[in-house]
Amino acid sequence: MEELLNELKEKFSSVVIEVQEKDYPTLICKRNGFVDFIKYLKEEKGFKYLIDLCGVDYLNYPKKNFEERFKVVYHLYNLDTKVLLRLKVRIPEEDCWHHSVTPLWRTADFFERECYDMFGIKFKGHPNLKRVLMPDDWEGHPLRKDYPLYLEEEQEWETYKKIAQKYKR
Amino acid sequence: MATYLEINKKQVNGEKWEEPFYLNMGPQHPSTHGVLRLFLELEGETIVNCTPIIGYLHRGVEKLGENLNYNQAIVLSDRLDYIASAANNTAFALAFEKLMNLEVPRRAKLLRTIACEMARICNHLLWLATHALDIGAMTVFLYCFRDREWLLNIYEKICGARLTHTYVRVGGVRQDFTQEIIDDLYKFTEEFPSRIYDYETLIDVNRIWLKRTKGIAVVPPEDAINLGLTGPCLRGSGVYYDVRKFRPYDAYGEVNFVVPTGKNGDTYDRYRVRMEELRQSNFIIRQCLDKLPETEGEPVLAENAPDLLMPEKIKKPEPKPVPKKGVIFRGADVPVVPPGEAFAAIESPKGELSVYVVSDGSNKPWRLRVRTPSFVHISAIPYMAKNHMIADLVAIIGTLDIVLGDSDR
Amino acid sequence: MGIEKDTVEIAPGIRQVPGTPVVISPIDKIINWARAGSMWPVTFGLACCAIEMMATGASHFDLDRYGIIFRATPRQADVLIIAGTVTKKMAPIVRRVYDQMPEPKYVIAMGSCACSGGIFKTYSVAQGADKFLPVDVYIPGCPPRPEALLFGLLTLQQKIKREAKKWGFWR
Repeated sequence: MEELLNELKEKFSSVVIEVQEKDYPTLICKRNGFVDFIKYLKEEKGFKYLIDLCGVDYLNYPKKNFEERFKVVYHLYNLDTKVLLRLKVRIPEEDCWHHSVTPLWRTADFFERECYDMFGIKFKGHPNLKRVLMPDDWEGHPLRKDYPLYLEEEQEWETYKKIAQKYKR
Repeated sequence: MATYLEINKKQVNGEKWEEPFYLNMGPQHPSTHGVLRLFLELEGETIVNCTPIIGYLHRGVEKLGENLNYNQAIVLSDRLDYIASAANNTAFALAFEKLMNLEVPRRAKLLRTIACEMARICNHLLWLATHALDIGAMTVFLYCFRDREWLLNIYEKICGARLTHTYVRVGGVRQDFTQEIIDDLYKFTEEFPSRIYDYETLIDVNRIWLKRTKGIAVVPPEDAINLGLTGPCLRGSGVYYDVRKFRPYDAYGEVNFVVPTGKNGDTYDRYRVRMEELRQSNFIIRQCLDKLPETEGEPVLAENAPDLLMPEKIKKPEPKPVPKKGVIFRGADVPVVPPGEAFAAIESPKGELSVYVVSDGSNKPWRLRVRTPSFVHISAIPYMAKNHMIADLVAIIGTLDIVLGDSDR
Repeated sequence: MGIEKDTVEIAPGIRQVPGTPVVISPIDKIINWARAGSMWPVTFGLACCAIEMMATGASHFDLDRYGIIFRATPRQADVLIIAGTVTKKMAPIVRRVYDQMPEPKYVIAMGSCACSGGIFKTYSVAQGADKFLPVDVYIPGCPPRPEALLFGLLTLQQKIKREAKKWGFWR
């Protein structure tokens, strides 16, 4: 475990910013060169299984020690050595994009689409980046912290508004 | 709806353009198990391309979870995978416990394991019922629902609800089993293996069943991992991976069971894996029941478990009376949730269900992420359905065992 | 009156001429009797409640004994059971399924979510199916027990039996 982290830290010193020991070893990575790093993990180190890919919005998070607003969190698993690894990439709000890992894992397809749907993080290199859960013409990204939980009538989705008005009783 | 569909005309012989045949399946379709919509591109009756369109049951559980406190968020988990609620409750509870550094009493762990395995049996029975009904076997449906009612009645004795239990709480379970429940479960585990045998005699060597499942939707092991399949779908392809064995939680570390794996990775193998899992679940319940007398009289909720209504502000800890058995609203007054993050995964009946929670130190989670197996499995439909007939698509949806509440959240 | 002298009341409001197969009754009664005896719901499961709906139709509770048989297409159905949460994305489709059903048609909102939105007061959930559909019977519960669904269906039968000239000039 220690060896692996040290090796990664040495080999990819330009990508890995920080190594944290939490419930699982966590690597904070830079966006540049991330794809090479994760490709190395998958193909050389046996982290073949991408458990999860999700975004987190850190707007107004208390005790925040970094500047960027979003984080994309990866959970990788090695089926042979039973090691779980967490990777985090910080994404600034004004430059809201990240590299896609869909060419490496087909399972990342829906995860990235969901991440785009919910947070508005664009994934460069994704073959079909569209909304997956919300309708195509939905406005806004619901899981952002500045998006309301419940929509008032003026913010309502157009299609639903029409139906609700047409059949109002 | 035109925004979804990018209809590609195909150029044939230089100038002539030919439009492929498109078919829309769902969201109102009896065999899509809910509100799944599939957009098919056909050549004759063969599927060339298939686009799943989901989100028709997106209720905003993750966003809602961020606005409720930790104990209330567990209630939402029932509505994710509503066939196996206890498993979802456990996943949420495990993540929150990890965040709060709670130690769950051993008896609670055993009770949770029993509840989870009951959920697995419930789920697999419903899967078998609907899968067989889709393929054309009506009798199996009726038999399976008969036995499922039996389990639901036991659930009702445990917590008062049939589907949405919220029996598992942060720090333990809601209340202890009574002797009546334990007797019922003993009776169930005694009889259930013969019922599995009944189902197998109905369809195991049925010629129609074999024709419609053998060689359908074959997934090689490498592709299964790459597609992110988990649970019986992955094990059907011959990959040995089970969260219960690889990262044991609750009482799975102390029970014996076998993880069945398939060989060919087709629909029939996945069916065999699930039937075998039914037997193993039964076996696990039996072992846990045998272990229950060892922990007789222990509390079933951790002493410092958070109050049901976690207060915003921390009250001063007061000297508490000695907790008695069966007291529900005990809970500590100090819901100290340190800022940080936690990741917990369980083997839900459908596959790996993992919860990633980020806390900011308040009584509500900052971010609640649920990785649900159905979401990933739906993304594998295009791969599996390619070059199959439309009639096989029904078998593919059945074999993946998807629930749309689980996938859309 | 002459009719009362010559006929026998065999059911409330229905009279028979003794010794003959002639029955005198208001036409509403006969039509409502026929409608209430064969309500065919469309299999349209949305969420959790659909599982309970299936359980109601399966071996233990057995809806067939009431003449209630699930049909897979809205064209052959009389009753739309909205079993589960209606999201905003789903609302146009639910409405379209309802529009495809031939008259007479009835709607049952099953479960808290279909009645009022339930616990899901969020951006993507329609707060009750009655925002865009004429709901006849509301069944609360999360999810309602199969007995509750049975009770709801029987309540709808009672409602149908009281109808007169609801669906146009010829009933």
